[in-house]
Amino acid sequence: MAQALRRIEIDFVDLFLWLFRTAIIILVIWGTVAKVFFGVGTEYSTAAWIDFTIAGIAQGSLYALIALGYTLVYGVLFMINFAHGEFFMSGTMTATVFVAIPLASAGYLDSNPFMSMLAIMLTAMLVSVGIALLTERVAYRPLRRAPRLVPLITAIGASFFWQYFFRGLYGSAVVPFPNIPIFSGTIEIFGLEILRTRLVVMAASIIMLVGLYFFVMRSKTGKAIRAVAEDKDVAALMGVNVDRTIAITFAVGAAMAGAAGILYGLMFGQTHFFMGFVPGIKAFTAAVLGGIGSIPGAALGGLFLGVIEAVGPPLFLEGLGIPGAHQLKDVIAFTMLVLVLIFRPQGIIGERLAEKKA
Amino acid sequence: MSILDARNVTKRFGGLVAVNDFSFHVPERSIVSIIGPNGAGKTTFFNCVTGFYEIDEGEILFDGMSISGKSPDQITQLGISRTYQNIRLFAQMSAIENILVGMDPRLTSHWVGAVFGTQHTRMEEQQALHDSTELLRFVRLRGKGDHLASSLPYGDQRRLEIARALASKPKLLLLDEPTAGMNPRETAQTTDFIKLLRDELGIAILLIEHDMRVVMNISERVTVLDYGQMIAEGTPEEVQNNPEVIEAYLGRGAAAHV
Amino acid sequence: MSRIDLRNAAKIGLMAGVAAASVSAIGMVQTFDERDLITNVLTLGQVLLFAASVLAGYQAAQQHTAAERGRTLLTGLIAGFLAALPVLGLVLLTALFPNIRTKLVNVSATLIQILTFGLGPSLGSLLLAAVMTLLGVGGSLIHVIPSRISRPIIIGLVSTLVLGLLSEVLLGVLRPLVGSQVTGLLFGTKGLRLVTAAVVFLLITSGYWWWSARGEEDMQLRLQAQNPERAQRMRTMRVVVGIVLLLILPFILGTYLTEVLDIVGLFILMGLGLNIVVGYAGLLDLGYVAFFAIGAYVMGILTSQSALGLTDISFWMALPIAVIVSVVAGLVLGTPVLRMRGDYLAIVTLGFGEIIRVLATSDLLKPYIGGAQGILQIRKPQIGSFQLVQPEEFYFLILAGCALAAFVSWRLSDARLGRQWMAMREDEDVAEAMGIHLVKTKLLAFAIGAGFSGLAGAIFASRLSSIFPHSFNLLISINVLSLIIVGGIGSLPGVVVGALVLVGLPELLREFAEYRLLMYGALLIVMMIRKPAGLWPSAVQQRELEGVGEETDTFPSERALHPETHEPMSEQVVEASTTTVRGS
Repeated sequence: MAQALRRIEIDFVDLFLWLFRTAIIILVIWGTVAKVFFGVGTEYSTAAWIDFTIAGIAQGSLYALIALGYTLVYGVLFMINFAHGEFFMSGTMTATVFVAIPLASAGYLDSNPFMSMLAIMLTAMLVSVGIALLTERVAYRPLRRAPRLVPLITAIGASFFWQYFFRGLYGSAVVPFPNIPIFSGTIEIFGLEILRTRLVVMAASIIMLVGLYFFVMRSKTGKAIRAVAEDKDVAALMGVNVDRTIAITFAVGAAMAGAAGILYGLMFGQTHFFMGFVPGIKAFTAAVLGGIGSIPGAALGGLFLGVIEAVGPPLFLEGLGIPGAHQLKDVIAFTMLVLVLIFRPQGIIGERLAEKKA
Repeated sequence: MSILDARNVTKRFGGLVAVNDFSFHVPERSIVSIIGPNGAGKTTFFNCVTGFYEIDEGEILFDGMSISGKSPDQITQLGISRTYQNIRLFAQMSAIENILVGMDPRLTSHWVGAVFGTQHTRMEEQQALHDSTELLRFVRLRGKGDHLASSLPYGDQRRLEIARALASKPKLLLLDEPTAGMNPRETAQTTDFIKLLRDELGIAILLIEHDMRVVMNISERVTVLDYGQMIAEGTPEEVQNNPEVIEAYLGRGAAAHV
Repeated sequence: MSRIDLRNAAKIGLMAGVAAASVSAIGMVQTFDERDLITNVLTLGQVLLFAASVLAGYQAAQQHTAAERGRTLLTGLIAGFLAALPVLGLVLLTALFPNIRTKLVNVSATLIQILTFGLGPSLGSLLLAAVMTLLGVGGSLIHVIPSRISRPIIIGLVSTLVLGLLSEVLLGVLRPLVGSQVTGLLFGTKGLRLVTAAVVFLLITSGYWWWSARGEEDMQLRLQAQNPERAQRMRTMRVVVGIVLLLILPFILGTYLTEVLDIVGLFILMGLGLNIVVGYAGLLDLGYVAFFAIGAYVMGILTSQSALGLTDISFWMALPIAVIVSVVAGLVLGTPVLRMRGDYLAIVTLGFGEIIRVLATSDLLKPYIGGAQGILQIRKPQIGSFQLVQPEEFYFLILAGCALAAFVSWRLSDARLGRQWMAMREDEDVAEAMGIHLVKTKLLAFAIGAGFSGLAGAIFASRLSSIFPHSFNLLISINVLSLIIVGGIGSLPGVVVGALVLVGLPELLREFAEYRLLMYGALLIVMMIRKPAGLWPSAVQQRELEGVGEETDTFPSERALHPETHEPMSEQVVEASTTTVRGS
């Protein structure tokens, strides 16, 4: 009798999860059908839909860049670097305050936009890398052998520490990212009007993603990173300096985050001490979606998340008749995270790197 | 009559067949061993018996009842308990708490009763504490109940783990390399202790070892696994003289074990 | 070591200096400067700044033996001087680029004045360098003076500073008791008077010195001489005194302090709940605020007198409903994460917390829970015709809630369920192999934790009479998590200590408010690295720390995590994977 009861309880969990998944799928399909065939909510032109999608891709490529940091660090340390969003923020704010704004007021941004952008980006990357290395050295390295939740807690601590540290430095107000004339306005490609900033963001992201992929797969340092990810002890026996390699991994991830931050500034025109938090969690979601530990996975996960966040609210949320649907785009992202972690923890395309080592 | 009866058990991990068409049984009140080199699939078989892995083919009967598809906690409730190759005590809990956790399947009190401090709960806790202290004494850890499990010496940890496994009053005890990492003297002591367990408590013991000498001393029957397959079965003497076994062991770096 | 390790001294000194310059640049020194510890003599900002030199001197000089006096002091001097350099750099930078304020918002003229003692950049810088260097020497002096002298002095100094920090609070409590003439003699407008501070310092120092000179052994002997019966009676006495004290506390403290205590109490209540989830069961829940919000909103919807109010039931009727709804929410949100590993669980629960917050602000639920405008006119609890309105009255309600939660936690921690939780926290797979039903055990932790939080939320809603979605943000979860970690994870007194320090202090000292999360963040890191058992470790941890005393600086669970270090290499990848797939 007691045995039978137990069986039912376990099945109850499966049932609950199954219902949860089914309910969400039904809601999405229902909303989409209602929108597409019955025109519930605002009506959008084809151009508007394309615009949503492109906005999503641009946003998604930022997620992808940030997600790289999560994926790389998770690959070598099996730790969620909760403070990664702060690496993104710190470089961006510093470069905006100390380089972008002075350059803008000196007129260099207009006369020399590409060199200026390069300078801004390099500054952001350097600062992000510095903060990342400092955090790794102080907050993570002493806890290499501690139980898993311990470094996660210090990472949460580091995240809030840096947020409020930079709030102290640059204030709690929004710091506007200067407008760069050559990147503003739209451009026509294949008969589509595309915002230039979005184009820049997408192009820069692709270059960096590809570059990083080849760095990790081909370079000697990249090989060391992969060796450490495979097995720290064996890598050490093979003469890899594990501590240094882990630091480099953090640095590479942070550099990508710093660059992503400047692209973020370019796209949204503002920076803020809290700007790292939500993109950070979204990027983590993207990394999990694509299969954490995999670089192409991070890229695909980022794009997928960006697009579904941009298209989801006007499509199925409005279709369900939800007022103010755009407010709920974070809900879409987090729901996706939950669904993926429950039903496909290895990610959409990922192989099971995480599970093998975890 | 057999307490454990495994019939054609197969367990695969992707392409790797860890346990292959393995049939095996443990008579009541006996000590039976599975030996084999590293990676032979011994621990995998343990994990199948205890429900940690689901088997791909075959069936495992315990006390005449199929336990395939049951979860680890259910199987423990039925009367199988185990120890681990690399000791897995609850490190941040005291020795006595470790045993109390092992006793959990025998306890019936409800948490609401614990909040209100009902008669039943108090009696049961008292009895459980008493039994645990007895068990501590039985494994020669008297007076160490308050120590954190992780602060005990290695040999004590081994015995504490056995005590924890015994606390649920199992009918079958699975010991995974109980003498791993011990010196010859400790090994001899442990071997005697295992014999004592069977004689005093009357339970069946299934032992995994790769140290041949331990096994030969105390087991009634020995099964040899290699690459997930049974290559020999019989009394210790029979197995010892089996050419295939000698090859499996001596053929591949047996120097470390012999 | 016989030679001075210049590199080490320089490293420590400069690190301390960078820290000092940073706290200046982010505005902490300036903000804290408004808090006088000793009127017109010493402010909290200065203490913050100078602590860097003292610590640098102390740390750098540690390598020398007590006999090497000259070298010890010289090392302290070097470290102290180097600690001053980054701060001087900041002053110089400001002198050279006066418009730096447009970039670093907190580097102001006031800050420079504080750093240079109001003497102008050149003279002030020299003085600052001199003071910081001397304090570095002071730090190293601790190694030179025998500890029987230095200990009382340090304790005296620290106690005096703490007293100065709390002088506003003390003033508030003492004035009604002894009259403003007496307090006027003791306290300045802010902080202690210099004379008072000197007297306090002398009293504490000499008192401690006298006490330690008499010897602790003497005390120990006398304690042991007591017969067990008397010891028992003493314990009962202490409990009774404690309870009486808790009951009359609001009348001693007055309205303002009681209000602070109410807030602390609500956080204790939440902390007790999260302690079950994180401390006992080992499930790192970052979305814990969700249940607080649910409790508050249920209370709001059920008892609000505004248009949003659904029913017109009393607070006492709504309270159990709020708790039950929170418990159900705990079960519903707990089920999806049942099979997740620890770190994923943390992020997903964080996501749940955010979903609840976004939903609360959204237009979707606005017709029911008021969107960003929240719910107003929530009922106060009523007993007969008496309405609880004042903080003093709410105090007893919150106290009762905390007592209930603490009692339940205490009973459970000692019971079968508590052991099941802890076993699960230590090793999920083994716990399951010991016959523990993981689903049930986890869900019970989520449900009970959610219940406590929902209770806190319901009281919170009624206390404020109005609730707004922005009160239920992630920072609350982080706040509660920090307080149980700082207090001592899994420890009930730890929750109280943690809440008093992390919630009470910042509420009392408004200067802390802006830097609260900065300090929480730093504390989380420091505690995890230095003192993972917390300020008031749980009983088991305490035994471990006092007990054998070996390996005190290694992480307690380290050995638990690597039991295989004893082992020859285990069977192979396949078999090894069974041992490494673990929950935490």
